[in-house]
Amino acid sequence: MAGGGGTGPVICVTGLTKRYGATPAVDGVSFEIGRAEIFGLLGRNGAGKTTTVECLQGLRHADSGEIRVLGLDPGTQSAALRRRIGCQLQESALPARIKVWEALEWFASFCPGRGDWNALIGEWGLAGKRNAHFGDLSGGQRQRLFVALALVNDPEVVFLDEMTTGLDPAARHVAWDLIEAIRDRGTTVVLVTHAMDEAERLCDRLAVMDAGKIVELDTPHDLIARHTSEITVRFSAAHQDVSWLREVPGVAAMAHHDGQVEVTGCGPVAVDVAAALAAHGVRPADLWVDRPSLEDVFLRIVGRSLDEG
Amino acid sequence: MHALARSTSIEMKLFLREPLTVAFTMALPLLFLFVMGGIFGNTPNPHYYRGVGALDFYVPGYCALVWAAVGLLALPVHLVRYREDGVLRRLRASAAPPWTLFGAQVAVAFLISLAGSLMVIGLASVVYDIHFPHSVAGFAGAWLLCGVLFCALGLLLSAIPSSRGALGAGLGLFFVMMMLSGAGPPPEVLTGAMHWVRNLLPLTYMLRLLQDPWLGLAWSMADTAVVAAFIAAAAVAARFAFRWE
Repeated sequence: MAGGGGTGPVICVTGLTKRYGATPAVDGVSFEIGRAEIFGLLGRNGAGKTTTVECLQGLRHADSGEIRVLGLDPGTQSAALRRRIGCQLQESALPARIKVWEALEWFASFCPGRGDWNALIGEWGLAGKRNAHFGDLSGGQRQRLFVALALVNDPEVVFLDEMTTGLDPAARHVAWDLIEAIRDRGTTVVLVTHAMDEAERLCDRLAVMDAGKIVELDTPHDLIARHTSEITVRFSAAHQDVSWLREVPGVAAMAHHDGQVEVTGCGPVAVDVAAALAAHGVRPADLWVDRPSLEDVFLRIVGRSLDEG
Repeated sequence: MHALARSTSIEMKLFLREPLTVAFTMALPLLFLFVMGGIFGNTPNPHYYRGVGALDFYVPGYCALVWAAVGLLALPVHLVRYREDGVLRRLRASAAPPWTLFGAQVAVAFLISLAGSLMVIGLASVVYDIHFPHSVAGFAGAWLLCGVLFCALGLLLSAIPSSRGALGAGLGLFFVMMMLSGAGPPPEVLTGAMHWVRNLLPLTYMLRLLQDPWLGLAWSMADTAVVAAFIAAAAVAARFAFRWE
């Protein structure tokens, strides 16, 4: 997980603030990211995630606060920094008539001797599209090419902004495996996302942003555990009386209607309920355990509404 | 240097994959060459064209037109489209130093203009039997200065936010300069108002600097100073007006 190598944080942000006009897009944000960590920035559209990352990449100048990425100040040392980081941006493009292999070879030429662009073509499933023009690629293919371009200089830190947008479900899982492999080789990954499954699956730690501030920062597991410990067990029991389940340790509530039983509780309640059912000879084939997901926690933190930001 | 060479070769390939841009930048000066050559030939007339043959007068100007088409149209429209599409954003976030991006654009502009100018000169000499420059070195120097002028103007035009705006401004400048600076009708027949506008255009001075070594006349320091002032003003304005996004 976090840290590793004992070399201290790779990214240090203290009091970062960035305003567009009078409205602060990022409002006094502080965090640290360790080496070989996948760090997620989670939030709704307009929460300030992309602006934060753009300040780290040296694409925007912070109004105040201090940023160090690999010991460098992105505001004044962006040229040195960009040789050591990789960026996949949310909105960007390549010339329509450039071919896939040309784009990779071109970007590789910015850092000669680092990385192997040919291997990336295969890894990111672009071998069949090697000679295709960028303008003719599908959304998912473009996205994979952009991730490959972000990795072409074998970066020490890679920023991925909405990496799996446009990828089909199978391609997302492949992409996640590849990102984990990159982390395991020692690269720090900063992942901006609003895909909850992606954040929960990939991130070692998560910062939840809302209205320009970090409102939560923890591992996905601890974040979920802190916000809700409630577990729900569901099964069908059409003709049996199972009201004795209320006596099982840890059970907080039970409802039984239309042949469906729903038991809620906390701790090892799922195992205890299952054991009690077995002991009473009740063996439903559809026992279902729902633990709260990151999405439930996220909605609890930032609320449910259609207003952005 | 590796990044610059690679960027130049990529940009060159991209240019050649845009047939319309290639046709426009190469064909327009050739069209003028054959229309003007067909009408006026190359027999000197003391009343027009500084007293030399029409084609001896025009060919240095058509080399400038090649640079003008590249610098006022191809270069800014390409860069503004890059910005509109997000290509500039992607390149800026890469490890490439910004100067390689602009260096590659200028290098491609140089190669295209060189090919276009050699084509104009070659065809003019084969078809119309023009005189070759009295001072090859002088003409080459003027041609390079012409390139610097139009690249600076092109980079300034690429600060225009929309590619339609850049194309409109580029076409406007291109045709006004072509008609009034000496690549269109003979300067001797222009009216007073036309002369007044003509004197505001950098190509007027640049074109004399190209013609003088070609025709064996002395290099004009006054014209050089005017062109240098245009280059400096355009470069400084471009530096401050340019936006990545």
